[in-house]
Amino acid sequence: MINTSRSRIVVIVTVLLALVAAIIAIGLGSVFIPVSDILSTIFGSSSKAVNATIIWDIRLPRVLLAMIIGANIAISGALLQAVMGNPLADPGLTGVTSGAAACVLVIMLAAPQYTEFIPIAAFVGGLIAAGIVYALAWRRTGISPITIILSGVAVNALCGGLIGLLTIMYSDRLPAAVQWLNGSLAAKGNNALMMVFPYAIAGWILSFFAIRKANIIRLGDQVASNLGENVNRIRILLSLLAVFLAAISVAAIGMIGFVGLVVPHMARLLVGSDYKYLLPMSMALGALVLLIADTGGRTLFAPLDIPAGILMAVIGGPYFLYLMRKKAF
Amino acid sequence: MFTVDSISIRYEQKSVINNFSFSVKKGEIVSIIGPNGSGKSTLLKAVSRLIPYHTGTVILDGTDLKTMSAKQVARKMCMLSQKNQAPSDMTVIDLVSYGRYPHKKWFERLNQEDMDIVHWALEKTHLMEYKDRAVASLSGGESQRAWIAMALAQRPLIMLLDEPTTYLDISHQHEVLELVRELNQDMGMTVVMVLHDLNQASTYSDSIVVVQAGEKAMYGTPNEVMTTDMIRDIYRMDAEVQYVPTEKKPRIHLLSTVR
Repeated sequence: MINTSRSRIVVIVTVLLALVAAIIAIGLGSVFIPVSDILSTIFGSSSKAVNATIIWDIRLPRVLLAMIIGANIAISGALLQAVMGNPLADPGLTGVTSGAAACVLVIMLAAPQYTEFIPIAAFVGGLIAAGIVYALAWRRTGISPITIILSGVAVNALCGGLIGLLTIMYSDRLPAAVQWLNGSLAAKGNNALMMVFPYAIAGWILSFFAIRKANIIRLGDQVASNLGENVNRIRILLSLLAVFLAAISVAAIGMIGFVGLVVPHMARLLVGSDYKYLLPMSMALGALVLLIADTGGRTLFAPLDIPAGILMAVIGGPYFLYLMRKKAF
Repeated sequence: MFTVDSISIRYEQKSVINNFSFSVKKGEIVSIIGPNGSGKSTLLKAVSRLIPYHTGTVILDGTDLKTMSAKQVARKMCMLSQKNQAPSDMTVIDLVSYGRYPHKKWFERLNQEDMDIVHWALEKTHLMEYKDRAVASLSGGESQRAWIAMALAQRPLIMLLDEPTTYLDISHQHEVLELVRELNQDMGMTVVMVLHDLNQASTYSDSIVVVQAGEKAMYGTPNEVMTTDMIRDIYRMDAEVQYVPTEKKPRIHLLSTVR
């Protein structure tokens, strides 16, 4: 039994942990900056101009970007899981991420003059993928884990093929897209942060309004409808929101898998399945996990900068297998 | 109170319920019985708006169901399916409090009055001592009572139950039906339920509707409906029907399948 005051404390502790991790991550890198210098640069007038440049222009944007995107993908996964009534629903496995990526890549490689439409392309691509998954996996009785995985496999294969085709057709322009394809935050500065930030804030506010609906829909379609809810409308709105959050993340830094699967699952173990706690917990934990993945990727193998997406796949894949083994689904 | 007037339901071009009418008076318990596939659950789902009906009208407390919003319906009528699944860590009191949401706007929180009603529903279903347990950890009968408590917290005028006893063993079946009777007698709750067991239908109902192949085969009191002829026609079974003076209701003993 999970008690609610404990859940509240766990959420607060996770948020604090994420903040501490952020400060440590800002310090780590080819130039080490002690915590005291970081705090004095951020909160006061620092004497060292070099530190200020490193912090404001390089490390802080990257740290914030990792956290925002981690939170986005985790919320997206948590919402999809509510909507599909299924713990395997994650933007990566269902193909939303690769659908968004394929559409982004079309613009990046085939029509680079329209870069400003990348977020919209990502959203459209994600919606198409989600639509296909619904069309393939939806039965009158709901969605079973098997059909989600199978339709996800189909959508992922389709988008993977499309992505492969694009990379061959435009191989001369590929280098710019390689980092993005692997889900890397390297060389992402204030521009990417400024692009994501307003969308993320909007998405978070909307997801907090979605908490009650997500809770009601988890009682099942018939019960929700008996409680006077329009189940289909809830499902569509929550899916739109989940796709939106995943898509803006893809638009900014590319494909990052498993965060949307692993993080809500860990959050559920820690605070239970009530979205009043699960959603903020997923958000905080997602921020923490992706921050660790990104910081680990750029420091552990320095001077190599391993994309966070690759690190997440290396950690997330085995975790997924472990969940299967434990019959968590 | 509750009138179903010549409704028809089609599913994938096939007619499942055809021109069906019945009405329920306030404070009555009405059971719907019939063989598998006769359309009785479909009928209940349609009149509770879970699935659409194509022609006819359903009047709930003087208002046409189709002119009411889903929330308005949820404040007057509740429907419980045969099997419900709560998230594994949801407590009884949490589940029951969802019954208050039809009375709330989307941003409104539950207030003291709502919590009083939730506690009242827990008391009525004898679940007070279980209120902080997970629904998933309860026995079949207790968990069915928890779902009934949620339905009660909606403060409905009428309760629709779709095979409330199907997945329960006999003592839990008894427990749930006794609770239904208690709610009916104490609060005047109007109940319409689909049942399989003829004896349960006979014992607990004021009226019985018999459905066969989507049509109303019979409608009347247990005494009128529970006859050897009805059981032979509808279920292809030979049976003896015994009138028990102490229960004032017929008791059915099934003998063998009609060859």
